[in-house]
Amino acid sequence: MGIITVENVTKNFDELGVLKGISFTLNEGEVLSIIGPSGSGKSTLLRCLTQLERIDSGRIEVCSMTMAKSEGETVQYADARTLKEIRLKLGLVFQNFNLFPHMSVLRNITEAQINVLGKSKAEATATARLLLAKMGLEEKEGAYPCHLSGGQQQRVSIARALALNPTVLCFDEPTSALDPELTVEILKVIKDLAKEKMTMIVVTHEMAFARDISDRVIFMDEGLIVEEGAPERLFNEPAMERTRRFLTRYTQ
Amino acid sequence: MRNLLPLLLVGTLTSLKIFALTLLFSVPLGAVVARGRMSGNRLVSSLVNIYIMIMRGTPLILQLLFVYFGPYYLFGASYDRFTAVIIGFVINYAAYFAEIYRGGIQSIPIGQWEASLVLGFSKAHTFTHIIVPQVVKRIIPAMGNEVITLVKDTALAQTIGVAELFRVAQSASARQFSTTPIVIAGLFYFIMNGVVSRSFDWLEKKLDYYH
Repeated sequence: MGIITVENVTKNFDELGVLKGISFTLNEGEVLSIIGPSGSGKSTLLRCLTQLERIDSGRIEVCSMTMAKSEGETVQYADARTLKEIRLKLGLVFQNFNLFPHMSVLRNITEAQINVLGKSKAEATATARLLLAKMGLEEKEGAYPCHLSGGQQQRVSIARALALNPTVLCFDEPTSALDPELTVEILKVIKDLAKEKMTMIVVTHEMAFARDISDRVIFMDEGLIVEEGAPERLFNEPAMERTRRFLTRYTQ
Repeated sequence: MRNLLPLLLVGTLTSLKIFALTLLFSVPLGAVVARGRMSGNRLVSSLVNIYIMIMRGTPLILQLLFVYFGPYYLFGASYDRFTAVIIGFVINYAAYFAEIYRGGIQSIPIGQWEASLVLGFSKAHTFTHIIVPQVVKRIIPAMGNEVITLVKDTALAQTIGVAELFRVAQSASARQFSTTPIVIAGLFYFIMNGVVSRSFDWLEKKLDYYH
């Protein structure tokens, strides 16, 4: 039984099919990378899991709770309380960080702990400081996001997501807004999390990285999963012609 | 000349009253109007849009006449001139403020809403703690413009017979065959707006700790 089960999920934007029947399972402690060309639907898939988009059909289960499932022509979403509970099981790190610019680094990390989880300020601050130390940012708790580099901002946003103690941490192209040097520092953080057996889904264009940290890789194209498997197998001997073409372009 | 200054100060007090009461009511009313303008309900949003178009598309001086004399011609009811001035100013300025608020709210990146949603904040908490503080910072320059205009617009209250600063100065000027009272009135407006723009500068600086 996986932590996340996705079955036959479809999603259309107007008439355009972005997800055309996606199914996969995510197991505890697993790191799953989703790769594929732009417009393949990988980010949309992540946004459906984190409830930023609604699916049009299919079924999604998170931690044995049904988030949404098809009933006839329509999709039935769970009640608000269940949806909120599910929401907190999944953390999301955005491509462009989306830190709150008017809040200090510390408050970015404590705000949801206090207002959503109902922790005391002292407790939330202690958790935040622990996470900042882990991210190598203990000096920056009083700084505002605009005074940090992109890599530092992304590390704060990872700490912000981790502060709610999610079961699964999702990354939506976490390094796409960063230059190569800063990319390395984020990849290292994710790699460290993988070592701690954090369950993660990483949508990424960093092929070498995906190959390095993943337990399993999914290759998506045009709203479908073309191929999935262990990274060594998928990268070295892709079974599908489409995967091969994509990987050749990337490793050139 | 000896009587001039007290006279002008009384006029100034009336102008300041119009100014303060207009702000007191139109700043919050603008938020209600902005909410209506952004409503998902098509009927509500188009009605509010028509209201905004009328308020911004016709002269304030005409609106004041309408607010004061309208009820008289329609129902034969007359009421206090000063009240009419406040109503006229409030509904006019609320329309402008609403559009400034709307612009401010819509300029906040969607990612701020999405991050808040994923972190589990309620809509109300997101709006009051994440969105509004950023909107306030962004709209300060536009609000400053509007408030400075309001100081000068108070002079229009005289069209329905409220003796504010400019009216008082004009009468004194006619009585004394001198432009001095008008020049002094001009100086008064200038000083009041000096205070207004200083206040907005201060506010802008205070929120300068992030961008």
